[in-house]
Amino acid sequence: MSNYLFEFKEGLIIAFKAIRANKARAILTTLGVVIGICAVALMSTTIKGIDIAFEEGISSLGSDNLYIDKWAWFSDEEFWKMRNRKNLKLSDYEKFKHLAQLPIAVAPTLWIVKKVEYGNNYVEGTLITGSTNEYLKTTNFDFDEGRFFSAIESKSSRNVVVLGKEVADHLFKSNNASEKYIKIRGIKFKVVGILKKQGSNLLGNFNPDKQVYMPIGAVFKHFERASHRSIAIIIRAQNTSMVEATKEEAEDIMRRIRGLMYDEENDFSINQQEGLTQNYNNVVGVIKIAGLLITGLSLLVGAIGIMNIMFVSVKERTREIGIRKAIGAKKRTILTQFITEASTICLIGGLIGLILAVLLSMVINKFLPTSIQFDTVILAIIISLITGILAGFAPAYTAAKMDPVEALRYE
Amino acid sequence: MNIINLENITRIYQLGSEEVRALDGISLRIDKNEYVAIMGPSGSGKSTLMNILGCLDTPTSGKYDFKGINVSDMSDNELAEIRNREIGFVFQTFNLLPRSNAFHNVELPLIYSGMHSLKRKEIAKETLTSVGLEDRLHHKPSELSGGQRQRVAIARALVTTPSIILADEPTGNLDSKTGGDIMLLFNAIHKQGNTIILVTHEEYIAKHAKRIIRLLDGKIEIDEKNE
Repeated sequence: MSNYLFEFKEGLIIAFKAIRANKARAILTTLGVVIGICAVALMSTTIKGIDIAFEEGISSLGSDNLYIDKWAWFSDEEFWKMRNRKNLKLSDYEKFKHLAQLPIAVAPTLWIVKKVEYGNNYVEGTLITGSTNEYLKTTNFDFDEGRFFSAIESKSSRNVVVLGKEVADHLFKSNNASEKYIKIRGIKFKVVGILKKQGSNLLGNFNPDKQVYMPIGAVFKHFERASHRSIAIIIRAQNTSMVEATKEEAEDIMRRIRGLMYDEENDFSINQQEGLTQNYNNVVGVIKIAGLLITGLSLLVGAIGIMNIMFVSVKERTREIGIRKAIGAKKRTILTQFITEASTICLIGGLIGLILAVLLSMVINKFLPTSIQFDTVILAIIISLITGILAGFAPAYTAAKMDPVEALRYE
Repeated sequence: MNIINLENITRIYQLGSEEVRALDGISLRIDKNEYVAIMGPSGSGKSTLMNILGCLDTPTSGKYDFKGINVSDMSDNELAEIRNREIGFVFQTFNLLPRSNAFHNVELPLIYSGMHSLKRKEIAKETLTSVGLEDRLHHKPSELSGGQRQRVAIARALVTTPSIILADEPTGNLDSKTGGDIMLLFNAIHKQGNTIILVTHEEYIAKHAKRIIRLLDGKIEIDEKNE
């Protein structure tokens, strides 16, 4: 064992001497690995960032939520079939809420898109969610200022709004927004609360930061006629393990409300975020694999560079190999020496690449909630070591099996 | 006690379609503490004999016993071990590792034999001192004179206390004064009880040895005492 250690240590010393003796060559060769490791580390960090962003987004939607809707979000059901379904009405919601035992919260929602204004500032195409005060219980919202609208405000369809953080920042800049009035289509709404940043750009306009919330009655009163639009009902289960039971109960109640016979199909859909997660995994999974393959390719190019330079190095040092063999180096010793050298170059390259990746990830961090994780660091180091071992093996083997007489004669 | 026993050794090289019999039935015994010079014109097979004696190469046929152990069909790794423990090489072109200092060059065989670091360093230093280089330990070969380089090489050959020292034209790259000094060093090493085999084509170098073997066309022509 101690023999291996000596040989390894000797290999390390030789490696550093060899690198120092050929600085320019070593730097150029290492560059391939630097770029490769940097790319792989950044790619895996970015993927992690996208995952985190997605999970954050999902959880801001409320992870135990079910959505009863006219439309199935993720299904192969034909569009025209769903279009012919009856609209969900506010009265359906009232009945449902009355009958449902399991959910901790039931809230109706209706989405509209409008321009919101304050003074000269405005946000075009803002998603406005109409709901009741119970909507809050289906979310994980925190407030920067104020509160959600109350049961009374909700029931009496008052002109009150809660603003997402981005909307508020846009309209009020740094000014205090609470108790001020914004305008939607010329109608004044009092701001009662502003949400804390919930943060996920992946959700697009569904990001709560970009939304405005108001009583559903106010939406119907000012912007939509109740008969034209189908609402959705959000149900929050008590916890994740209760989601299935809550879904079954909901289906049962909805069938009763709709007066469906036992052999009739559901004329509504109960949607879950799971569908969203599945969709996400399908799409992003492919991108992940492709991304890692492509960046892996750049690492491969780096490895080939190392292999190439190791072959040159072995050739150049033929005589040295002969001397070492003459004084008693075994095949294994020579093999260890050159593999150690290749691994050392790769490891140094890997570490530089990693440092670069950490710096670049700070830039990515501006767009995605991510930073290089400890396990990525460990993985990158292991990958660069393995790259070195693999790239160094063939040249090292050539060196190890050299005939000492031939090698000593080499000029 | 005999260290080397060659029985009817041949070494045949295949050069294209031509067969070259570099060694053609060599039988030879070398005892402990002998001082042998192997001579012969170029092409006589002295380098081939030296390679086989040094376990760098194996014979095509014949039997080679080294300290009573048959080495003619040992594996490469076993031969490496024999070279490491039993044989010290001194070459015409010194063959030191150019990027390593004198100390590390001498230490290297001990690293390969797996000796503990502290003991190793002590022995390497002692051996360098014994060839008169105690103040050149950390010089690289390029910072040493030819004579000093050959002294480092001799120290490297001696450091494992091998059974034989094999020197291939050790003065070939040195001026006559320095060459003379190196030969005096070999004589001293012999007096300490070491076995030395010297390959040379210079009569005045061979004269230092106690026995001269002359090769011609791969055969031993003359094997005589030199008193």
